[in-house]
Amino acid sequence: MKCADPFAPATPVPDRSPTLCEVFALTPTDAAPTGFVLAQVPDPARGPILWVQDRLSRREGGRPYATGLASLLRRPVQILYLEARRAVDVLWAMEEALGCPALAAVIGEVWGDPPALDFTATKRLALRAEGSGVQAWLLRRAARADLSAARERWRVSGLPSPPAPDDLRAPGAPIWQADLFRARGRMPGAWVTRHDQGTGRLDFGHLTPLADPAPPLRALG
Amino acid sequence: MERRLALLARRGHGGADDMPFALVLDGPHGPVVHATTPAAEEAGVRPGLRAVDARAVCPSLRVDEADPRGDEAALLDLALWARRWCPWTAVDGPGGIAMDVTGSTHLQGGEAAMLEEIGGRLAGLGLSCRLAIAPTRGAAWALARFGTGREICDAPDLAARTGPLPVRALRLGEDTALLLRRLGIRTVDDLSAVPRLSLARRFARAEAGDNPLVRLDQMMGRLPEPLHCPDEPPRFLARAVLSEPMLDPTPLLPALAGELCAMLAAKGFGARRVMLALFRSDGAVSSVEAATARATRDPLHLARLFEGKLERLDPGFGFDLVTLGATGAEELRSRQPGLDSRRDEGEELARFVDRVSARFGPQALLRPGFQESHIPERREAWTPALGPQPPLPPVPHAPRPLRLFDPPEEVQVVYAVPEGPPAQFVWRRMTHRVTRFAGPERIAPEWWRDRPGTRLRDYYRVEDHTGRRFWLYREGVVGDGRGGTPRWFMHGAFA
Repeated sequence: MKCADPFAPATPVPDRSPTLCEVFALTPTDAAPTGFVLAQVPDPARGPILWVQDRLSRREGGRPYATGLASLLRRPVQILYLEARRAVDVLWAMEEALGCPALAAVIGEVWGDPPALDFTATKRLALRAEGSGVQAWLLRRAARADLSAARERWRVSGLPSPPAPDDLRAPGAPIWQADLFRARGRMPGAWVTRHDQGTGRLDFGHLTPLADPAPPLRALG
Repeated sequence: MERRLALLARRGHGGADDMPFALVLDGPHGPVVHATTPAAEEAGVRPGLRAVDARAVCPSLRVDEADPRGDEAALLDLALWARRWCPWTAVDGPGGIAMDVTGSTHLQGGEAAMLEEIGGRLAGLGLSCRLAIAPTRGAAWALARFGTGREICDAPDLAARTGPLPVRALRLGEDTALLLRRLGIRTVDDLSAVPRLSLARRFARAEAGDNPLVRLDQMMGRLPEPLHCPDEPPRFLARAVLSEPMLDPTPLLPALAGELCAMLAAKGFGARRVMLALFRSDGAVSSVEAATARATRDPLHLARLFEGKLERLDPGFGFDLVTLGATGAEELRSRQPGLDSRRDEGEELARFVDRVSARFGPQALLRPGFQESHIPERREAWTPALGPQPPLPPVPHAPRPLRLFDPPEEVQVVYAVPEGPPAQFVWRRMTHRVTRFAGPERIAPEWWRDRPGTRLRDYYRVEDHTGRRFWLYREGVVGDGRGGTPRWFMHGAFA
């Protein structure tokens, strides 16, 4: 199985100052957007990450698992977790948290398109994030990309991973397809991304068709 | 022990008096009995016995964990409460309270009446007690523990009353008491008969608290022994008395918070819990409480904690008294922030935690702690962020999913062999074809915690044809004798 390394000429991606970004999941059960967001948390050692979920997001998408977060980032991760009943409460908690520079990042998960999440609400979040210098992420599931003041809007999904180096049948390091479909101050585009465990950053690579994914398993044992 | 019995009775497990029951503490060779009920004592269970031996002696024994810290705190509270009889009280060793009643007995109508009163009040709290009044602290200690339970001893017959008591009544350590017994000295009289010079020479190196001569002199009043008495914790309460009943407490809050914080600042304290109470004109009282993650005396912050909570208070036809009190306070030194005029980040975080906990409840904002367990959901203990920081979950050795489905969801699986990995599974009415897998990783049940019959779990890391990665497990294996065909569960999703 031969597969061109899409990351060989790394696409330069400009560093941006903290603001509000929205990430849409193509399928609600996919954890790829979570990994994509987590790989971009600037410095997890700076302080805890605030994680707010509404009830439906938790039931449909599961709750964050701190051991798993540590396993992706290769370091213990502090999180503060809040399960809110309504989307309004998620937005309230995010807004309060964005006034607190001790947090490493604020991650909010909202299911669907609640009326509370409108242009004004996102604008408030974006302005507060820019004012305090804390990155805010809004994870959206089962949602349409309606009017929003988020400075970057991504659509992220998992891609079939390359085989693991020591076991050809096992899934390897995860890669994700990231579609930037609306952005302020940079060009939209599509990339294939992965978390670089050496530098702790997100690598962006050309979106080239990968070699065929492994054929489905037939007989085993 | 009696504190625990009262707790049990309050929880509706009454009739505990005639039940053999013991509290245990962890010792180097397993749990050791710390305290017992009279029924257990009759059955032969004594403090110091190991819990396994105690169960062998008395099979119907109920055993629970002791809480020495809670006992200490309760005893301190009791010592402070005992200041109703005299102003000078202190905790005296485990399970003891010393009171200096000099000049207070006539207020209760004499010493005997005072003992009656104390015994009656403590019985009303559900506590039994042994009481003694004596001219010296040492003698009172000895008579309370080795006397009849209600003893009054006057100065002239001090020597006669304490003489027949065993040497342990001198508040000596176990080793010294054993040594004296081996020397043939069994009672206080025996000790008094020994020449002072030889006693002083024999115990020249002993500490004052373990020296029989010092203890004897203290008991007989030849050496002074003052009572060190702790200060009562300060109370903080700001109140606003209104001439006309009001319906909305919001405008009063900033002034009350300012007053409370001035009181706190004067004593060098900060509030951890604050309670706002409305005293209605019809006599009812309604109150709300808020907690803080860190001691604070910032009026603005305290006032903000009640935002959105005041609607829950029922003012009725109006209230004419409002109090804002610190129900929990701890010492808070003034701190100098850095010279670079940056805001204190820890402080900001604590305030954020307070505001969220005040709005959604103290159990809402959680952080994960670490517990030694291989069962994925048990590895993390979620504790409220208002409490102390628990240890963080460390980096695991095997890959773990970013998101966990809690509880795990059952999936229908097609497999090539029953012991092998899944080839295809149906989850939430969607079919996923497995293209890659890793595993199994076998996690055995914890037999010391789980119910008998709990099955092991074989975890598989799988990737489906659309590039999503999941964590599945099979509960049990075929023919393990713990149920029928193993079921499969979806437990997590990888990035």
